[in-house]
Amino acid sequence: MKRLPERLDLLVVTLEAFDRSDRIEMLVDMARRLRRVPERIAVRPYPKERLVPGCESEAYMWAEQRPDGTLSYDFAVENPQGISAMALATILADTLSGVSLEEVAAVPADVVYRIFGQELSMGKSLGLMGMVNIVRAAAMRQLQSQTIGELANDLGSVKHK
Amino acid sequence: MSKRIEERGYSKGEVLVSTDWVQEHLEDPGIRIAESNEDPLLYIADHIPAAVEIDWTRDLNDPVRRDYLNKPAFERLMCGIGATRDTTIVLYGDKNNWWATYAFWVLQLFGHTQAKIMDGGRVKWLNEKRPLSREVPQYTHTKYESPQRDDNRFRAYRDQVLKHVERKRPLVDVRSPEEYSGERLHMPEYPNEGALRGGHLPGALSIPWGRAINPEDGTFKDATELRRIYSEENKLGPKDDVITYCRIGERSSHTWFVLTNLLGFPKVRNYDGSWTEWGNLVGVPIENPSAEGRREAAA
Repeated sequence: MKRLPERLDLLVVTLEAFDRSDRIEMLVDMARRLRRVPERIAVRPYPKERLVPGCESEAYMWAEQRPDGTLSYDFAVENPQGISAMALATILADTLSGVSLEEVAAVPADVVYRIFGQELSMGKSLGLMGMVNIVRAAAMRQLQSQTIGELANDLGSVKHK
Repeated sequence: MSKRIEERGYSKGEVLVSTDWVQEHLEDPGIRIAESNEDPLLYIADHIPAAVEIDWTRDLNDPVRRDYLNKPAFERLMCGIGATRDTTIVLYGDKNNWWATYAFWVLQLFGHTQAKIMDGGRVKWLNEKRPLSREVPQYTHTKYESPQRDDNRFRAYRDQVLKHVERKRPLVDVRSPEEYSGERLHMPEYPNEGALRGGHLPGALSIPWGRAINPEDGTFKDATELRRIYSEENKLGPKDDVITYCRIGERSSHTWFVLTNLLGFPKVRNYDGSWTEWGNLVGVPIENPSAEGRREAAA
């Protein structure tokens, strides 16, 4: 099994060591810690193109480039009952922001079962996996644009020669 | 705004209680309020004061086989929440009471008829800004003696469903129109939903569960509106032998509750194997309008 990015791995291993009720307590605390999307990134009403497909909790995601080329991830969860989505949003934002794009792109969507437990319902797991997938997709897009940029630079330098 | 429950003309209106009623009975020793959700975090986040949690996976399912809990496990569950055979269990939960009606249905398999659903579920309670608690209550364990689980009256198994199909008896598919048509299996973000084949049981009516709900507050529609949907539009009658199904039996327990308790149909069974069983069975008949449409287009 491929190792998860370090901070996410540590969190998942910690959660897996807990019994069900302690894990739920910890996840509820994380849900309460979801940070508000900075206004410089987005204000309500949020654009539909930022909506996570398949997530019934009406979760939105933004990825912002950092100076080192990695991304910061921000989420809004508009359904006040979307506690699981809020917990996962906190986890993804805290553990994947600033992580290399290759590592983020390789995070398996079914990590949600390791976070929430195997008893997740199909509907719930699809929505949560959608949140992981949208982060992975943002990392992949960023990787592709960096690769294209590097290729263009290489081509430019070949022409100058 | 929804009418008062007693004015809605239900056949067994006593099985549905309002949020007002629940708030008035928070300290009634004969009542045990129980929250049952899809989202396992919601109850811990907050719940109705004095409410216990009945978790569908942990409490109602067999941990190994795909089946419900047996008599000893049911007795342990009821003892643990401090209930006796005379305790009235009032269920509520997320998703317009999907999981609450599922738990209600399981209670009926064990003959615990003293059960009610809180109309509008968890969201209505929250929207009305009623009291909430994070405290998990502990009740003195009781002695609860249950009869054996009786699957005959309210539960349908796949062989019974196959006979039902062959006899062309009414089936109600309560999933979304996209799931019913088979179209949904082809959407990339919903990889198969646990079934190898899409579509629906031959002859099944498509009546999505949510049609029974008032969208503005999540309460059940009144009996006149329900009869218009199920009887006038879809020709179901109280003399029919009806089987409801969805994907795993939770949404269909909601419709089972509506037909059995709100409209008083005497013979309604929930096929909890539902599409995750039927869509994976070898050789059973399926209607799939989407696949048939594609085949015709390709011909």
